[in-house]
Amino acid sequence: MKTLLTVAGAVVALFLTIAMFGTAGWDRPPLVTSQNGYRGTAMAQVETKADALEVKAENKAPEAAAPAEPGDDLAGKTYENVKVLQNLTTNEFNRLMVSMTEWVSPEQGCTYCHNTENMADDSLYQKRVARRMLQMTQHINATWKEKHVHEAGVTCYTCHRGQPVPANIWFTDPGPQARSGFIPRNNGQNLAKESVGLSSLPYDTLTEFLGKKDIDNTVIRVNATTALPEGRGKPIQDAEKTYGLMMHMSQGLGVNCTYCHNTRAISNWGESTPQRVSAWHGIRMVRDLNGDYLEPLQSTFPRNRLGALGDVPKINCTTCHNGVNKPLNGAHVVEAYPSLTKSTEIAAGTPPAPSGGTAVPAPAAPVPAAPPAPAPEMPAPKP
Amino acid sequence: MAYYQNIFTEVQVRAIDPEMGVPVAVDRRWGRPFHSYLFGLIGNAQVGPIYGGYLGGLSLACGLIAFEIIGLNMWASVNWDPVQFVRQLPWLALEPPRPQYGLKVLPPLNEGGWWLIAGFFLTASILLWWVRLYRRARALGLGTHVPWAFASAIWLYLVLGFIRPVMMGSWSEAVPFGIFPHLDWTAAFSLRYGNLFYNPFHMLSIVFLYGSTLLFAMHGATILATSRYGSEREIDQIVMRGTATERAALFWRWTMGFNATMESVHRWAWWFAVLTTLTGGIGILLTGTVVDNWYLWAVKHGVAPAYPHVYGPIVDPLSAAGGGQ
Repeated sequence: MKTLLTVAGAVVALFLTIAMFGTAGWDRPPLVTSQNGYRGTAMAQVETKADALEVKAENKAPEAAAPAEPGDDLAGKTYENVKVLQNLTTNEFNRLMVSMTEWVSPEQGCTYCHNTENMADDSLYQKRVARRMLQMTQHINATWKEKHVHEAGVTCYTCHRGQPVPANIWFTDPGPQARSGFIPRNNGQNLAKESVGLSSLPYDTLTEFLGKKDIDNTVIRVNATTALPEGRGKPIQDAEKTYGLMMHMSQGLGVNCTYCHNTRAISNWGESTPQRVSAWHGIRMVRDLNGDYLEPLQSTFPRNRLGALGDVPKINCTTCHNGVNKPLNGAHVVEAYPSLTKSTEIAAGTPPAPSGGTAVPAPAAPVPAAPPAPAPEMPAPKP
Repeated sequence: MAYYQNIFTEVQVRAIDPEMGVPVAVDRRWGRPFHSYLFGLIGNAQVGPIYGGYLGGLSLACGLIAFEIIGLNMWASVNWDPVQFVRQLPWLALEPPRPQYGLKVLPPLNEGGWWLIAGFFLTASILLWWVRLYRRARALGLGTHVPWAFASAIWLYLVLGFIRPVMMGSWSEAVPFGIFPHLDWTAAFSLRYGNLFYNPFHMLSIVFLYGSTLLFAMHGATILATSRYGSEREIDQIVMRGTATERAALFWRWTMGFNATMESVHRWAWWFAVLTTLTGGIGILLTGTVVDNWYLWAVKHGVAPAYPHVYGPIVDPLSAAGGGQ
């Protein structure tokens, strides 16, 4: 009896040990830690050396295409039905088209969007979506430059990574549909879902927080701003929703809470890092893009590209960031594509001026003039 | 002589006639006593007979009803899929009513009604078990230390699930029934109320919790270390000191200059355990009702230290000019 129990116990212990090593997702040392707050506040980003290298390799910006030959003829005159890029030179236009193919549909080629019999034809939905996405890219690089994307900017590749549909898009999650008379209390949470980092938090917070453009700016804030209660505060369920959104951001950027917050006072802005300001604007940017650029494509997308509730595929932090705090490791991807940095629909009266101006101090000027969210490199302070 | 310095009890006493203990006035024990080697490893080898009684029966019945309601709600939330039920069990839960129902006694069942019913039966089960403990302790002529220690844990349970929600005016403030969900709830609770670590009663509760483990380790180790001198008969030795007690006391007086007595060490342990949940319950009760943001409270009262700013001023974009975007 005793021997039998000893053997059984040892076998169980052995299997548990194997299971523990095999399933728990351990981080194998060596670890790298970068401090990003005052000492003693435990503000630090921790990752394994292997992961850090792997993530870096996975997020390499592609080589920019060779500069276009100079030319005078405009794409809008050369080609028919050019609506967004009509003021580019034909050479520049063709260069961008080739780059877009590499960024979005390297395997499918031009025919993913174009009817090769008649390139001007708009019959493929992919082309109509791509046109709107071009406008979106220009909008991001122009309107959100100072607040979020800075000098790095975005191109199609930032999200698409060589795939026609970016890997990290999202749809409204209606949750399980009760198929029996017994409808359980689900509260939109308590299922193992990737959208909230496999926690049991509400899994469809993105719809509420990132799906709409015009929502209350304080909806994510749940903390009281006074020590003692003054009136009715927000319920814990709201805190869980915010927590869920933060889990998404943490996963999407590959950082922990202390990248933006001093977690002893998580709502306190004075103790936060500059990255929190950048993230705050990022949330507004995503709402803006989902509301103005993705939602209106509802009737353009075929049904098989829509979500369970017939909603359009939408953007969240992960769509661009892909698990890195700076997409594509912060490469200035838009530098080689000035046509993506501003709207090209208006007549080209002023755009050529800055490039031909050769004013040397001009690039230096915007640096001191950009006070909101400079988001500097982590200085690793060790006072 | 028995050898006690081991993980498991090495010597198992097996009575030829089952040990029935002292005679008591009302004795409704049932079941045939038997000996178990496995139980003998960790305690007494004799199992049973157990005292049932109507309180115990009622308590078990209520507990079973609560368990079933919670379990069936969990299973239904994965559409009765047995595989998903097992896979996602740690994530599944029965949530309290939505905030808009306030303290409504019975909101729709799938909007929190089930939670209230399950909570009622679980509470009934726990309270009935407490009465049972109290009455059995009295029947054996014991003090009522065990039921009162249990009452301290019940206090924390009631504060979390009943007293505080009532004071806040909403059942939605209560804890969900679920493994991960109640842990995520705890984290969200701390986040919502500005970091529970700055709650002084939470601090006390942690002191008593960790203190309990320290005391338990010290006491357990002391008794095992002196058991070769008969210290497992520690109650005898409270009044009739033997060599084990003398050596145990001397050990601590040598190493830290002070020693608890065979009796007082148990008072230490009892109070530390009882105060863990007692102070914890007070801390929870004050959260949201009296204090809305513990960090700001701690700043106000000079508890939270200030750290130098490393980044220069970081301003809330909403309060900054043009922050309304």
